[in-house]
Amino acid sequence: MTRTILIDDEPLARTLVREYLQSHPTFEVIAECGDGFEGVKAIAQHKPDLIFLDIQMPKINGFEMLELLESPPGVIFTTAFDEYAMQAFERHAIDYLLKPFSKDRFDKAIAKWKSQGQKQNEHTAELLNSISQPEERTRIVVKKGSNLVILPVQTVFYIEAFDDYVKVHTKDGFFLKKKTMAHYEKVLDPAQFIRVHRSYLLNLQELTRIEPLTKDSHVALLKSGVRVPLSEAGFAKLRGVLGI
Amino acid sequence: MNSEGTIKLVNFHFGMATPQLSFFKIILVYLAWWVFWGADQVYLLVRNGFDLNTAITDAIVTQGIFAMAGYVINTSMHSYRPSGKNALYIIIWSIALTYICMYLQRETLYRIIEEDAYRASFENSVIIRAAFGWLMIMLVAVLTWAWVYVKEKQESEERRNEAVKLAREAELTTLRQQLQPHFLFNSLNSISALVMTQPEQARKMVQQLSDFLRGTIRKDDKVLVTLEEELTHLQLYLDIEKVRFGHRLKTEIKIDEAAQQKKIPSLLLQPVVENAIKFGLYDTTGEITIVISARTDGPMLEIEVTNPFDEATSTRTGTGFGLSGVQRRLDLLFSRNDLLKTSRNSGIFTTVLRIPQSAA
Repeated sequence: MTRTILIDDEPLARTLVREYLQSHPTFEVIAECGDGFEGVKAIAQHKPDLIFLDIQMPKINGFEMLELLESPPGVIFTTAFDEYAMQAFERHAIDYLLKPFSKDRFDKAIAKWKSQGQKQNEHTAELLNSISQPEERTRIVVKKGSNLVILPVQTVFYIEAFDDYVKVHTKDGFFLKKKTMAHYEKVLDPAQFIRVHRSYLLNLQELTRIEPLTKDSHVALLKSGVRVPLSEAGFAKLRGVLGI
Repeated sequence: MNSEGTIKLVNFHFGMATPQLSFFKIILVYLAWWVFWGADQVYLLVRNGFDLNTAITDAIVTQGIFAMAGYVINTSMHSYRPSGKNALYIIIWSIALTYICMYLQRETLYRIIEEDAYRASFENSVIIRAAFGWLMIMLVAVLTWAWVYVKEKQESEERRNEAVKLAREAELTTLRQQLQPHFLFNSLNSISALVMTQPEQARKMVQQLSDFLRGTIRKDDKVLVTLEEELTHLQLYLDIEKVRFGHRLKTEIKIDEAAQQKKIPSLLLQPVVENAIKFGLYDTTGEITIVISARTDGPMLEIEVTNPFDEATSTRTGTGFGLSGVQRRLDLLFSRNDLLKTSRNSGIFTTVLRIPQSAA
């Protein structure tokens, strides 16, 4: 039995997938969710084999939801029109259903998933690693215990490298996110976030002053009182941006 | 009314003159030109038996004053457009300038050089000197005229290209907005879902979607319609959205009696409401109420649309993603950029549209 969850903010869209699935008796719908928050909870609770996932949803989009999962299940994306997401799918050879989709097209997607389920999961993981969604420029979605937190980027103090993760530092402490420094350096507004060190990406608005540490090294003092080390190149970049 | 608005907008963008890149080069060439004639003059005077000092003084004063006159006629022509009437004005002005030059030269030179032979020669050559001066001043005038003419041509060309570009952009934006692919495909998907379980509802939605699209395509966006008509069209849109999001979406419409018959550019309200619905639906997870209200305020029709949003996590900045097109249309139609205002207050996002009525 393949246990599936349907995640879409339009009830009728879920109805349609449920109906199409009726001709696949080995598939069982164990839950329906109307947004990504519910989706994360339901996936943690039911551990499904496959999810049908819409991209544009309230609060957090489908990609942001996937990023929050410890071990993502198989995914079949469904979307109406999302030029950006469609390009990303094509790039990573990921099958997706364009609404409105026919029963034939749906059956093909199911057949494809059955034949190469695990491989498709790898494709999805690659997609998540490389994708830079438009929403990421404005917000970072993180998990605190079982709660989801949406951090508008202007509330982020700085981002710090931490093994395979980054620590996103805010006034409420830090949050872990499985992304790379290079990713955030690329996605975030380069006028606001400066890579001042191999391990630090600094929100310029948080900077109060630059202090010398030794003869030729410096640290940045943040409004929160934290000191962030500056590499030589980072110090030069910071001076360039500040015009000093 | 629309075309007027467009022209004003274009003027606003392109009223600035082209940059004067080679200003110093022109000045240099101009001075060199007068030095050349000055040298000529020195040569002639020396050959006629005057000493070098006298010759140089005469040349500097004469050519210097003519050069200034040339500069005066050049600057005075920048503010006038070349035309037949102005050509006459230029001729009279250049003759007057020549006269003034001759007077100034004589006064200055007689004060510096007291040699009788020189003064006699000056008196004898005054006609030639004046003729030379006038020709030079006219030459500057003709060159200036040609330069202003070419520059105007270039500017009007640029302006026309820019206007064409703007018009094309506006057209594309309208097209894109009319298509609303996300709305369209999701609606079709809803219909696809309804077909099996609620065929009657599916048929009804096909009808609503068709009527809505027809209204969107058919309407000329320069046309003014009554608020009542615009609301009828809007209702189709709201009905479709409620099939899609009925479990979450509530609407309240409060229109003053007097506002019903007021005029509004067609299809202006729908994108504002669409923005409010998207903003509300995608920014929160609960049930939302969109409130649309309209009243008259002196010569204005005032329409207010509100939607809830999450203050803590909202990352939308500015006026919201769907409103720039509305802003642009209002700009084009009324040449005013203060007709669309947005505000956010305790979890409610408010859009206020003000539509001038007198122009109708």
